[in-house]
Amino acid sequence: MSDPTLLEVTDLVRHFPFREVQGLRMVKANVRAVDGISFTVRQGQTLGLVGESGCGKSTTARLVTRLDTPTSGSILFQGRDITTVKESQLRGIRRDIQMIFQDPYSSLNPRHTVGAILGTPLRVHGLHRGKEKQRVQQLLELVGLNPEHINRYPSEFSGGQRQRIGIARALAVEPKLIIADEPVSALDVSIQAQVMNLLATLRDELDLAFIFVAHDLGVVRHFCDQVAVMYLGKIVEYGDKRKIYEAPEHPYTQALLSAAPDINVARGIPPKERIRLVGDVPSPINPPSGCRFRTRCWKAQEVCATTEPPLVAAENDVALRGAREGGLHRHACHFPEVKTHLVAEVEPA
Amino acid sequence: MSTAFGSPGAQTTAEATHPGDVVLDVVDLTVTFPTEEGQVRAVSNLTYQARLGRTLAIVGESGSGKSVSSMAVLGLHNPKRTTITGSIRLDGQELVGAPRSTFERIRSQKVAMVFQDPQSSLHPFYKVGKQIAEAYRAHHNVSRAVAEKRAVEMLDLVGIPNPQRRAHQYPHEFSGGMRQRAMIALGLVNDPKLLIADEPTTALDVTVQAQILDLINELQKEFGSAVILITHDLAVVAETADDILVMYAGRGVEKGYAKEVLAQPSMPYTYGLLQSLPSHSEDVHELKAIPGSPPSLLKLPSGCSFHPRCSFKDQVPGDACWTQLPEWRPTPGLANRQVRCHLPDPVATLRQDEGIR
Repeated sequence: MSDPTLLEVTDLVRHFPFREVQGLRMVKANVRAVDGISFTVRQGQTLGLVGESGCGKSTTARLVTRLDTPTSGSILFQGRDITTVKESQLRGIRRDIQMIFQDPYSSLNPRHTVGAILGTPLRVHGLHRGKEKQRVQQLLELVGLNPEHINRYPSEFSGGQRQRIGIARALAVEPKLIIADEPVSALDVSIQAQVMNLLATLRDELDLAFIFVAHDLGVVRHFCDQVAVMYLGKIVEYGDKRKIYEAPEHPYTQALLSAAPDINVARGIPPKERIRLVGDVPSPINPPSGCRFRTRCWKAQEVCATTEPPLVAAENDVALRGAREGGLHRHACHFPEVKTHLVAEVEPA
Repeated sequence: MSTAFGSPGAQTTAEATHPGDVVLDVVDLTVTFPTEEGQVRAVSNLTYQARLGRTLAIVGESGSGKSVSSMAVLGLHNPKRTTITGSIRLDGQELVGAPRSTFERIRSQKVAMVFQDPQSSLHPFYKVGKQIAEAYRAHHNVSRAVAEKRAVEMLDLVGIPNPQRRAHQYPHEFSGGMRQRAMIALGLVNDPKLLIADEPTTALDVTVQAQILDLINELQKEFGSAVILITHDLAVVAETADDILVMYAGRGVEKGYAKEVLAQPSMPYTYGLLQSLPSHSEDVHELKAIPGSPPSLLKLPSGCSFHPRCSFKDQVPGDACWTQLPEWRPTPGLANRQVRCHLPDPVATLRQDEGIR
């Protein structure tokens, strides 16, 4: 618990304004992609952001890397406010916060050699002057590629190898925090595990902190220490991975876990309970009043439509562990209830 | 008929039809495309059957040939550029070498396809109800009004609320999950005997995916048709399929009952895939990845295509893995299981490996 806080995000909001024709009038509206979320990431820790499309997890990733500017709220990195840092001063932040992208095909310039791709960040930040080539080769080795391939182009590599190049590029400037946005979902199943293992090894060796954005609940459970479950721009449940997966309290988390197909079914271990949501995620332009999940929630009552539930510490968690900072389990629900048998129960190996 | 997928275990089949009857019989199918770098054999000597009332999952990674083989069933390959050999018998009718008119007749009537991306597979200019009605009228001599009534019924059947109103909307007015439902309604309007679903839920969110998979299962029980589910997601297979065919580099490598194969694989590739999956219901320290990457179809390895990545090849006497393509053979100790592997006793070998790990 003594790890220093690296990133502190408070009430982060990102609205995308647009104009729409309604009848004969132009109406201003907002896509409320991220609508007031708070979380912290400590050094060497991994926070998973999960949720369905449109929940704001990728927008959050872009805000934290400052590829996008928040509408309001604050982002503190090592105590320094980077929320509204000007473009010209972003370079310092970029050295500490790097990003790994989903698509290894479109995130590498096809006309640049691997040497150029990995050498550019070094040059921009003035690192390893005069020894750039050695550093690039060292990086290639670090991610399990042949250092002799420095003059090859991305097209000469397979998808998994390209993702390794993307990882090497992120590591080139020795960042403290890496934002990985669906880093394995574009890869073949047999390659995903290789890349996941590489990321885990690098995290442990280099003491990196991660924000890991993914929709695959298995991958998130494997890789993350803490998990934030998002729904329509809000965090609905946030806490320790074990608690989120084994005893979730928010109905949406429960439904999400219950809906994800699990390989253990084939091993004859069916989950005890199944929850099936009806309908689709509502539009983030005009989200439901009160609790945003209420339109699909089986527990919804009147209060859910009128009052928005705040993200608060779960009662039993407070009683159990006291107000230990950062370790608290939080949920945003008027009627929380622990459910434990949503995933297959496997004997610990 | 071959006994690759025995029917005695068909418990979940509909009573109205003849459960277990072979609807699609693919024998020795080979599909070859010319490319700039040479001939690509996307599918090699593929043999499988799809049976009424059962869901067959065809599983594989990109480039394994899982989609190419089912496109051949629908005649969707360009006949001028594609060489197809072997035999595809749909409901007794030979489709390899059949003229275009034959495919036009069987599409939708006997076999329908649900694609991954419902956005691009519904026509954006026509109302959803009209598209379904047109598909019905293509094979039934009925008036527009009757066909449109049928379209509304179908939309209702696939769980679209307010079907009357929805039939008069355009695809862009539907959400992703609704579009996939409409796509299924379009596929099933002529009551085909075979529904091919190619990654039907990959583009959908988890909670919607669960709805669509449930729907396909329910409709299959109701219509008693055969379903081929093409997917890369073994967890989806675990929850929906009766039978499974695992493909690697254009060839089938293991087939049998889905749940049994996933619980006890007998081909090192299937085993490796299962071992490498992280589960959302348990913690594992390190994922057991398969080394290397899938081979290029232009330069297939000699012998067994999987041998460069296989960690069990040393347990095969001699150099069979390098020199000989393994033939289909039954797995010792497992009924209804066929596998292409040189290991003398794959089940024992793999089980022992699991114990060690």
